[in-house]
Amino acid sequence: MTPAPALEVSNLTKIYGSRCQDCIENTGPDHGSNVCPVCGSVVACADITFDVMPGEILGIVGESGSGKSTIVRCLHFDMEPTGGAAYLHCSGDENIFLLNSQRKRAVRNQHLGMVYQNPRMGLRLDVSSGGNIAEKLLAAGWRNVGNIRDRGRELLKRPEIPLERMDEAPRNFSGGMQQRVQIAKALANDPDVLLLDELTTGLDVSVQARILDLIKEIRRSTDAAMILITHDLGVIKLLSERTIVLKDGRIVEMGLTDQILEDPQHEYTQLLVNSVL
Amino acid sequence: MTELSTLAGTDSGALKGYNFAFLDEFTKREIRRKILKAVAIPGYQVPFGSREMPLAKGWGTGGIQITLSIIGRSDVLKVIDQGSDESVNAVNIRNLVSRMTGVETTSDTGSATIIQTRHRIPEEALTEDQIMVFQVPFPEPLRTIEPSEQVTRRMHAEQDYSSMWLHLYEDIVKHGKITIGARYPCLVNGRHLMDPSPIPRWDVPRLHRSPVLHLFCAGREKRIYAVPPHTPVEPLEFEDYKFETEDFSGKVCERCGSSDTFLDEIIDDATGDSRYLCSDTSFCEKRQRGCA
Repeated sequence: MTPAPALEVSNLTKIYGSRCQDCIENTGPDHGSNVCPVCGSVVACADITFDVMPGEILGIVGESGSGKSTIVRCLHFDMEPTGGAAYLHCSGDENIFLLNSQRKRAVRNQHLGMVYQNPRMGLRLDVSSGGNIAEKLLAAGWRNVGNIRDRGRELLKRPEIPLERMDEAPRNFSGGMQQRVQIAKALANDPDVLLLDELTTGLDVSVQARILDLIKEIRRSTDAAMILITHDLGVIKLLSERTIVLKDGRIVEMGLTDQILEDPQHEYTQLLVNSVL
Repeated sequence: MTELSTLAGTDSGALKGYNFAFLDEFTKREIRRKILKAVAIPGYQVPFGSREMPLAKGWGTGGIQITLSIIGRSDVLKVIDQGSDESVNAVNIRNLVSRMTGVETTSDTGSATIIQTRHRIPEEALTEDQIMVFQVPFPEPLRTIEPSEQVTRRMHAEQDYSSMWLHLYEDIVKHGKITIGARYPCLVNGRHLMDPSPIPRWDVPRLHRSPVLHLFCAGREKRIYAVPPHTPVEPLEFEDYKFETEDFSGKVCERCGSSDTFLDEIIDDATGDSRYLCSDTSFCEKRQRGCA
């Protein structure tokens, strides 16, 4: 028996602008644009369908503006999708996009973890690192300071944050260290799905290597399904089993990472792979 | 229209040329309606059209609008400021209501039917025949951590109080305890987070399941909220860092010798010594006379 996917997404669509009935038909990789020529709406992503298994890392690659971040932001309820559905195995058989905002927040606090490219978006820089983690735990109903601090120490130890800096604000930390605190925060409630949005972009190579090691370690030690957004094929190659290639808001290719890198089918994927090599 | 807002002024004791209780009847009606809504949703802040009053905003215009809207001819009014019946603010508000209505006023907690207060709840046990009216400077308990009204309203709507909990956690991490003095955030009826007005922590447990109707009003911020009789009011606390009231152990009131009331510390400028006196002056006097 195959295990159930941790997350199933079907026909996720996000359109900015007035929208007309021809938006989706007139945009996409075949048209070389995601702007509807009729009404001028921007189709950030359309008909995105995929699933992720527990413990699996799914890579999503594509150029800047291809709609990668839109997908994870919708899944994290940072923005409302125009259409489509998403089902979390752990939270029942309801389309999570249709939950009320209180229940969305509960899903986010209990089942999702998010790491943004910019730690500023995922962290409260003026609140202590321990406090940042505590926020997630408090939202999930933890009411014992001792237990919260024990859990905070455990989580900060993993990405090698010195524990004596637990009560210091991340504002004083380097970019790489902030990113590691953000990862610790995302893991606070043992999320079922971890969303990683360009988590190594903008960091220097040695810091990147440590973060990628950390993600590998998380994969070994948890059962979280991860969605890894990046434009760096090196990261994809290192971490993800399966990969989705995105262009102009559509999936142009989906399959095993090795296959996509060795034998790219779509024209755009070929370009992408060649430009790396 | 003219019928309702007729300048009455024929009642005994009330000042001629003004409507009974200063406010026109439409205003009273609006405020009463907002009070009903506030009572129906304990701890929820109901916006209302705060009127200009003959005292400056921030000096109790909220409390006085409630008092003037609910007061009737048979009521007996007590007004206190920091526990004292004789402070300037209390005396002026009492005189205003008295001149505008002709109702009887008192400093005796037991015989008052309406008690308007700033910063204290009287020490004497209150009964279900009484109404407490609180003057509120800052009705929004989340304002210190979130400046946007839009965001705090959403937080209340979704009962999203994790940032207040985080605020308390950070306080404990930095100072080893929760350092909030007055205005201690409380959860009302297990649902809405409420600012109990700047009463000391001492008075917070006395709101819990109290038989009295508590009405809170911020005139400047234009909000009314309520704790109806017998409603649970729980201060936020952690399992291992409990809510604590002020500790006066070993101290007694110099006048009445009380050791179970909220005490004001008075420092002698010349010697630097501390003296302690009851903050509730009328209760203190009663004790001195041996009546309480």
